[in-house]
Amino acid sequence: MAPFLSIVDRDVRIAARRLSEAANPLLFFVIVTTLFPLALSPSSDEIREVGTGVLWVSTLLSSLLALEGLFRSDADDGSLEQLMLSPVPLGVTVLAKITAHWLITILPLIALVPILALSYSMPITALPTMFYALMLATPTLSVLVALGAALTVSLRRGGAIVGLLVLPLTAPVLIFGTRATDFGLHDQPTAGPLYLLAALAALALALGPIAIAAALRVGME
Amino acid sequence: MELCARELSVWRGERCLFDGLDFELGPQQLGLVVGANGSGKTTLLRVLAGLSAATSGVISWRGSAPDSLPFEQRGEIAYRGHLDGLKRDLTVLENLRFYAAIWGGEMNLDELVADLALSSAAHVRVRYLSAGQQRRASLATLKLCAAKLWILDEPTTNLDADGRSKIVGWVRAHLASGGIAVVATHQPDEFRQRGTVLVEL
Repeated sequence: MAPFLSIVDRDVRIAARRLSEAANPLLFFVIVTTLFPLALSPSSDEIREVGTGVLWVSTLLSSLLALEGLFRSDADDGSLEQLMLSPVPLGVTVLAKITAHWLITILPLIALVPILALSYSMPITALPTMFYALMLATPTLSVLVALGAALTVSLRRGGAIVGLLVLPLTAPVLIFGTRATDFGLHDQPTAGPLYLLAALAALALALGPIAIAAALRVGME
Repeated sequence: MELCARELSVWRGERCLFDGLDFELGPQQLGLVVGANGSGKTTLLRVLAGLSAATSGVISWRGSAPDSLPFEQRGEIAYRGHLDGLKRDLTVLENLRFYAAIWGGEMNLDELVADLALSSAAHVRVRYLSAGQQRRASLATLKLCAAKLWILDEPTTNLDADGRSKIVGWVRAHLASGGIAVVATHQPDEFRQRGTVLVEL
């Protein structure tokens, strides 16, 4: 447990010293989600209908932006090879790095969603469901993007390729996430899609780090 | 023998870096890897550390392959290459504290920093250090792990005379305490002592 916390602590410290870089995905999220209402017709019914989709797709793309370079700086300065040789299992290291980046970039984004959701004239009663759905969906998204990041660790710029690799895999998360939010909007029971999101998160967090560790070993050759 | 390489060869594409390499090292023995630039010294060291795969041949470190060490043997191999493994945005002390936590080493970091004449730079971010100071800080992390096998890739690069003699002294002390070291260098005479195995590429 101690090495896990050390890695999280290290990455959070570094992010705090490079705040502008860490804030990038968050800014992207805010810009995209505020541009849509300006471009669409101002009728609140129409905006509410597209709001769910816009917020979820923006979340997806922001997490892609946030974690696409997850391992690159560690690979460039040699700390990744040191971590690979350390007594800490690589899967634990991977999980710690994902946790750190989720805390740095995704958690603030989730905190912003209620404000943005109101600009899509969503009722306040729909917000808890959206919050639960995001809390359950973003760990899965983070693991999937980290897998893409691990596979492209040796490339200078992996952005577009990571997107191509990962976005098809995120379809279930997107579908169940928007479903849960929609059900919440229309006062229908939301347990079904939320349980499915939780199941996907459990699967991703249990098996993801193993796959990511294997991908990193191949990528570092 | 603790570290054995048998019939080791590495090809990169169509190019053969080395072929049919055999050597073995026991406790207190030093292996010096020498060869011209581009002869594959770094590749050999990475293969020995288990970071890259050899094209053919077998390496065994105390009975296991370095790239798939069993759990209880993890952390027995330390590798310091051209990349220093330090985070640019953390201070020297923060970097050392991180590696101490990862390797589980117990060590007075202030003494270690003083030993390397880095005291004045201890709270400076690595980004602002000179190349020699960065190399010193990187080598300091060797003291934090309990590795039995040290694999060092040109450890004396960027170091002044004092730094060079310090690292040579560390390698000697490591060997004297029953450890093994493999060092790639262009100045083999600095490290050479009795029982040294020369690996020429």
